[in-house]
Amino acid sequence: MGIISSGFRGRRSENAALPPGQHETQDFPVLTAGPAPLIPADEWEFFITAENGQRLAWSWDEFMALPQEEITEDIHCVTSWSKLRTVWRGVSVDTLFENVETTRDFATAHSFGGYTTNVPLWDLLGGKAWVAWEFDHEPLERAHGGPARLLVPHLYFWKSAKWIHGLELTEEDVPGFWESNGYHLHGNPWREERYS
Amino acid sequence: MDIIFTAIRGGRSGTREAFAVSSVWRVAEVVGGELENARARTIRLRVDGLMGYLAGQHIDIRLTAEDGYTAIRSYSVASASADEHLEITVDELPDGEVSPYLVRDLAVGDQLEIRGPVGGWFVWRPANANPVQLIGGGSGVVPLMSMIRSHQASSSACPFRLLYSLKSPDSSLYRDELHRLDQESAKLMVDYAYTRSTPEGWPAAPGRLTSESLLDKIFPTEENPDVFVCGQTVFVETVSDWLVMAGYPPESIKTERFGGTGGIR
Repeated sequence: MGIISSGFRGRRSENAALPPGQHETQDFPVLTAGPAPLIPADEWEFFITAENGQRLAWSWDEFMALPQEEITEDIHCVTSWSKLRTVWRGVSVDTLFENVETTRDFATAHSFGGYTTNVPLWDLLGGKAWVAWEFDHEPLERAHGGPARLLVPHLYFWKSAKWIHGLELTEEDVPGFWESNGYHLHGNPWREERYS
Repeated sequence: MDIIFTAIRGGRSGTREAFAVSSVWRVAEVVGGELENARARTIRLRVDGLMGYLAGQHIDIRLTAEDGYTAIRSYSVASASADEHLEITVDELPDGEVSPYLVRDLAVGDQLEIRGPVGGWFVWRPANANPVQLIGGGSGVVPLMSMIRSHQASSSACPFRLLYSLKSPDSSLYRDELHRLDQESAKLMVDYAYTRSTPEGWPAAPGRLTSESLLDKIFPTEENPDVFVCGQTVFVETVSDWLVMAGYPPESIKTERFGGTGGIR
């Protein structure tokens, strides 16, 4: 144990849903590096690229025609807030990968506006990640990544790239934006993988 | 971990050395502090082995209660890198868990634990040659103050301009220092936008910042400024949208959210 701050009581939470070093918020703070891009639905697309020139892409209408799921998950921001039992609607990454053939193990998520983040493929498949376009039964606000964002709730929330544009499959785990700026390559909140 | 730097639309690369020990908790001793206003306090820390830092970075602070319960929050560094010292400025949140303790109870001689400084994006480096436009809302001025102080301490001759949006004169942080630098330094110009009340004799009435009044008080696009915006979420979103609409390239604008839950980011 480290240094004791006598007189510091803190606000205890017995909530086992909180990873180490996290506290619960009812607020929904925003993490961004720059201005929020504006993407009209008719210019939106979602792509997946893989080896041998494979490129799949969905327009907004095609994306909305895919099977949709309601998702209730806890989210954890690296700056130590967690928001429990958030409700989303979106398309499972498994659905998007149905026609992708790849031996690649990693992905770089690309956002409109230039943001990137790297996520291993095994953290995106198997019911663990979605492309979400609704939060709390409302269309996702632009500040929170609308029209759609990646949702990878079991990793720190910077991995859930806002304004998601597509996934580029890669052979190596290539650091994305925050990962090149001092943050952890993987970002598992239960292991406190915060900083590099 | 080996860090590979990728460029994001012309963004500058980070530095490796600043991250070397960022994930280690270290003991910091409180060596000074002063109240900035009725609810904000600057705390000066000495950290053994601190290797220097970049202007705009933040630290995590960990407090441990007597029964072992811990709480962690992030705070922007306010000072310029100097030997083993750094300063943070903490704004007390009405129902905060950590900030009331830091503002009211923490005393000189106390120890706490810190991690960092960390962050390689919302930072200013003396080698950057562009003019710098800083736009701060409320306590969002803290990391911008680190940039101003670093700039003052450096040989950089590029011009800095700060637009500080605040409720009233008595809610100001660093009031005397900003006033003095504005008067004395040829490298810094400071503009204020008061939203609730102004100093006596102020030429403009208080009011919400508008796109017009903002653009009136910042470097024009033709001067290609690097722009740093820090404040509450709504402030940052609104200001950065105005900037983009006015023709400032999105890649020239860096933003950081400040205040509210969990400190920055």
